Amino acid sequence: MLLDILIIAIKVILGLSWLLTLTLILTWVERKESAVVQDRIGANRASILGFRIFGLFQPFADAIKMMFKEDFVPPFSNKLLHTIAPFLSFFFATVTLAAIPFGDEITIGSKIIPLQIARMNIGLVFILAMFSLGIYGVIIGGWASNNKYTLLGGMRGTAQIISYEIALGLSLIGLIMIYPSLELNEIVKYQGDLLFGFIPKWGVFLQPLGFFIFLVAGMAETKRVPFDLPEGESEIIGFYTEYSGMKFGLFMMTDFVEVVLISALLTTLFFGGWQVPYLYSDGFHLPWGGSIILNKWIVTILQVLAFNLKVAFFCWLLILARWTYPRYRYDQLMSLGWKLLIPLSFVNILGTGLILILI
Amino acid sequence: MIKSILFLWEFLKGLWITAKHFWINIFFNFLKLIGFKIKDKGSVTIQYPEERKEIAPRHRSLHRILTREDGSPRCVACMLCMTVCPSECIYVEAEEDPNIEIQKRPSKFIIDISRCCFCGFCVEACPEDALRMDTNIVELAEYKKEELIYELDELVKISNNKTQMPNLK
Repeated sequence: MLLDILIIAIKVILGLSWLLTLTLILTWVERKESAVVQDRIGANRASILGFRIFGLFQPFADAIKMMFKEDFVPPFSNKLLHTIAPFLSFFFATVTLAAIPFGDEITIGSKIIPLQIARMNIGLVFILAMFSLGIYGVIIGGWASNNKYTLLGGMRGTAQIISYEIALGLSLIGLIMIYPSLELNEIVKYQGDLLFGFIPKWGVFLQPLGFFIFLVAGMAETKRVPFDLPEGESEIIGFYTEYSGMKFGLFMMTDFVEVVLISALLTTLFFGGWQVPYLYSDGFHLPWGGSIILNKWIVTILQVLAFNLKVAFFCWLLILARWTYPRYRYDQLMSLGWKLLIPLSFVNILGTGLILILI
Repeated sequence: MIKSILFLWEFLKGLWITAKHFWINIFFNFLKLIGFKIKDKGSVTIQYPEERKEIAPRHRSLHRILTREDGSPRCVACMLCMTVCPSECIYVEAEEDPNIEIQKRPSKFIIDISRCCFCGFCVEACPEDALRMDTNIVELAEYKKEELIYELDELVKISNNKTQMPNLK
């Protein structure tokens, strides 16, 4: 019993440090990638003892700046809600990590340890619910600041979430029809099979339309540029106008945490999670004959590495999209959500159903 | 809805352009990192304090006053620069020169750089070619406003300090 609690605690600490480290690195990647895309160099001046390492100390400099800034709570705001809002936003984004599988089970002695913080049979529903609750941080922050611009930002956030959350949920129904489980590790295991003998049964090959809808809705979930209506830095400053110091930093970090989690979800649901094509628990078995037998520890390490690589690729793609597109207007976003994504996801569900009946 | 789907092609094109820029620049930045000398590729940034752009030879920068062979300033205090200056930043006071050929010399020659607009009219007006603006000194910021007021001896000293002006004749 005590051992189980210890194992869970270690997994929580490892998972959280993975998430926060990746978030920290992503703030640097965001600066550098935007710079390289625009033919610039980007932040490279932050140094410790003259060492710069491509500006990799920039995130630490940012964090120190955030912590030492004055935490100003405006006198006209609702103090309690104003304080709670960033924590709500950050908590609901971070807690979704619990359901994401980093790899298959490992066996130490007689203990079987799944490389997943909480193996829930409702994993996918849990993640969608927590993502939806996360918007409360935005709305409460906008309301409690008692400022018309923050309120506008919060209301825009609400309008945005009801436009894309439905499509986000509907795009996954086709997936659930194919992989009959809501547990993410089970979904990943199903994706290890082969289609026609050589294509891995990844979600992106079986559900290309669902993948596209989920990608767009996931970008909207991160509240970053093509869909940054709650923030809208060029017109209203957004729901965190009245925040400063680390509370603002928490809102800022929430965005990056969501980028990491959407990337992890895209990987898990559509790109085979920790699956490497043709890699089974005892080594590679290539479809055209021939096999390489590997130690099961090497297989586990390869699988975790594959998961991390795929997550890194999607983080790169989401940041690239953030630096490519201008912002959607308020009405354009809603017509995109209601008139395009939701009908398309219905088409996707119908098509998937038809094919399932025919096969 | 059909219009939105047609937008998708343009979205992909935009993503393609930025991705192309990203990978090409990453490639050239990597080549630069391992020691290749490549210009105009990768980033176009000039890392300012360490790396400087060459200033054009016909530029206008901080003034200097040229000297005769015996070391006295060439200025004859004719007041033409003071008259022509549109921002009224030059102040000259004349005194008698012991040399009968020259007759006049400046006792005070003050340029207030904080007012100067670097139009170069004073250089063109000078009949003795005593004033020039070719010193290459463009970083003129000071902590105090008084330090921006240059007196005669300072202007002459700039002219004698050849190391600061590599392309000076």
